[in-house]
Amino acid sequence: MAALVATLLALPLVGAQTYDIGGGALGIRTHFDWVAMAAAAVFAGRLALHLQQRLRRGREMVDETVFARLAVWGNRRALPLTLTGIAFAVALPFLPFSSRYLIDLGTTVLIYIMLGWGLNVVVGLAGLLDLGYVAFYAVGAYTFALLARHLGLTFWQALPFSGVVAASFGVILGFPVLRLRGDYLAIVTLGFGEIIRIILLNWSPVTGGPNGISDIPRPSFFGLPFAHSAPEGVTTFHQFFGLEFSATQRVTYIYFVILALALVTNLFTLRLRKLPIGRAWEALREDEVACRALGINPTNVKLSAFGIGAMLGGIAGCFFATRQGFISPESFTFIESATILAIVVLGGMGSQMGVVLAALLLVTLPEFGRAFAEFRMLIFGAAMVAIMVWRPRGLLAHREPSLRLVPKSTRVLWP
Amino acid sequence: MAESQGLLLAVEHLTMRFGGLTAVQDLSFNAYSRDITAIIGPNGAGKTTVFNCLTGFYKPSIGRLTMHVDGEALLLERMDGFRIARQAGIARTFQNIRLFAGMTVLENLIVAQHNLLMSASVLSIAGLLGLPRYRSAERAAVERARHWLDKVGLIEHADWTAGTLPYGAQRRLEIARALCTGPALLCLDEPAAGLNPRESAELNELLLAVRAEQEIGILLIEHDMSVVMGISDHIIVLDYGRKIADGTPVEVRADPDVIKAYLGEDELEEPPEVTAADLNIR
Repeated sequence: MAALVATLLALPLVGAQTYDIGGGALGIRTHFDWVAMAAAAVFAGRLALHLQQRLRRGREMVDETVFARLAVWGNRRALPLTLTGIAFAVALPFLPFSSRYLIDLGTTVLIYIMLGWGLNVVVGLAGLLDLGYVAFYAVGAYTFALLARHLGLTFWQALPFSGVVAASFGVILGFPVLRLRGDYLAIVTLGFGEIIRIILLNWSPVTGGPNGISDIPRPSFFGLPFAHSAPEGVTTFHQFFGLEFSATQRVTYIYFVILALALVTNLFTLRLRKLPIGRAWEALREDEVACRALGINPTNVKLSAFGIGAMLGGIAGCFFATRQGFISPESFTFIESATILAIVVLGGMGSQMGVVLAALLLVTLPEFGRAFAEFRMLIFGAAMVAIMVWRPRGLLAHREPSLRLVPKSTRVLWP
Repeated sequence: MAESQGLLLAVEHLTMRFGGLTAVQDLSFNAYSRDITAIIGPNGAGKTTVFNCLTGFYKPSIGRLTMHVDGEALLLERMDGFRIARQAGIARTFQNIRLFAGMTVLENLIVAQHNLLMSASVLSIAGLLGLPRYRSAERAAVERARHWLDKVGLIEHADWTAGTLPYGAQRRLEIARALCTGPALLCLDEPAAGLNPRESAELNELLLAVRAEQEIGILLIEHDMSVVMGISDHIIVLDYGRKIADGTPVEVRADPDVIKAYLGEDELEEPPEVTAADLNIR
């Protein structure tokens, strides 16, 4: 039945393709094989769904999904899992199957993980829906690019500045939106993200407009640049260590830089969560009125969340600039904000591991999808919908208390 | 300054208008330390509005609210809500429980001690570095939380998520959370609403124990007459935003106006009231 509907629908949509036959006229090429494939796919899908429902009824397991069990298991084995993850991430460039492409991909994943952890402070902990997070990423990137161009600062010197400037932007955004929540807050932050991008686009004398800023210095290893041949009096990395020059060295180094930054971000946010400020963020997410009744100043709490989230975004932006060597407003469109937010939401709000998993999924899925060319965004979308249907609260939605009265090990397992 | 010993809160000529509606009109009363003062009245009498004025959620249209803390007189109508809690030492609970439902019981109580811990963590820097000063402050906070958890009988549930507790336990937790702020005046908005007789008897004991142990005044809005008559030292009766009686339980019970307006007519169980004021703060 469903297959029949699909055939009818697919006939005009897929079955016919217009093509240029010259002279401005259009011809129609039919693809009945595609229609048949679509119908077959729908039939198979329907059948599978039906069978699965039967199976489910039989076993009476309705809400026990794979991820639910994974979340519980992951929580019980949090430490070994984390250590394995870090060990794998450190070893990745030296594994036999790794390539420059893989390391590049790993770097991208790590940037998104870091951004996800930063946004997690704002969205996951403080519950402030921010759709313009990419603005802080852009501010961080441009801060470094401009500092490098005009003052000749290196990556490591500019890193704290990027963070501070982005944090001040976060606070600036925070002020007008103090009274807003939920949807309204989302709209204002969305607008803020666009304002930043449009300023970058139009303020040509400073930002270079659509041409962006190029020749951003690469990071150096304790002052040793990664270059084939250095200017007089400068030792390059490969000369210093007596290695053969290879472009992979720089890529690998950049990978380790972001790995370190991401790990520091993680430690920082995990630690903050266990401090009064972190608990105040969560309390604010739960109930702002109650917060006020307990003498917590909601203004300070919100601004600190915006500021710290923005700072982490800015640091990631600074890294992005040095990695690319070139930045333009193109890199900071709304779709970036949406992706980062999707990582946080998919991972499970407030879950650090969830962010890692979601970032891996969101960045690598389109890569695997390359084989399907134009359908890859479709597959990507379908995967997102599927996750939201099966795990509406995110992949690893589990909250670990920031402190316990009874230590975890001696405690009877909580139902 | 205070005319009698232990005067904590003086409300003078409090009037609160919402557009054309006058919720509270020309209300004056005092609350004393180590006293339990109850505000009663039929639904919509303006009881919760009084609380919201006291705790800074509303700015009163007219009137003066003076809180006497450590020999200092603080004018509440000029302070932000969070400052009232922080400096004037007024803690409150809500008619419809407002816990941090996603956090654990213990965390709820630690959040209540935010300001104390925040100053110990020195802009979070000492906390980030795990300096001993912050650690000992945190340990003290956990001890204080443990003390109150023990008092309200929730010590076994300390690591439960607050939202999963039964209703009565959530009420007690909210009171414990308010007490963790170390208040001078504890304002309870219908603490016995939805409790069974045994639970409200326990509540009475808890409140009496708190009063006996702490230098604290309790201000109470209540429908449950067994609570009000059983433990109050002092009762204020409101009807349509006006005070119609003020005195000890015995006096109030004998007052003909009160009997007419409230006790005589509907002493039966009533559903928790929802006033215009409640709708506004949500």
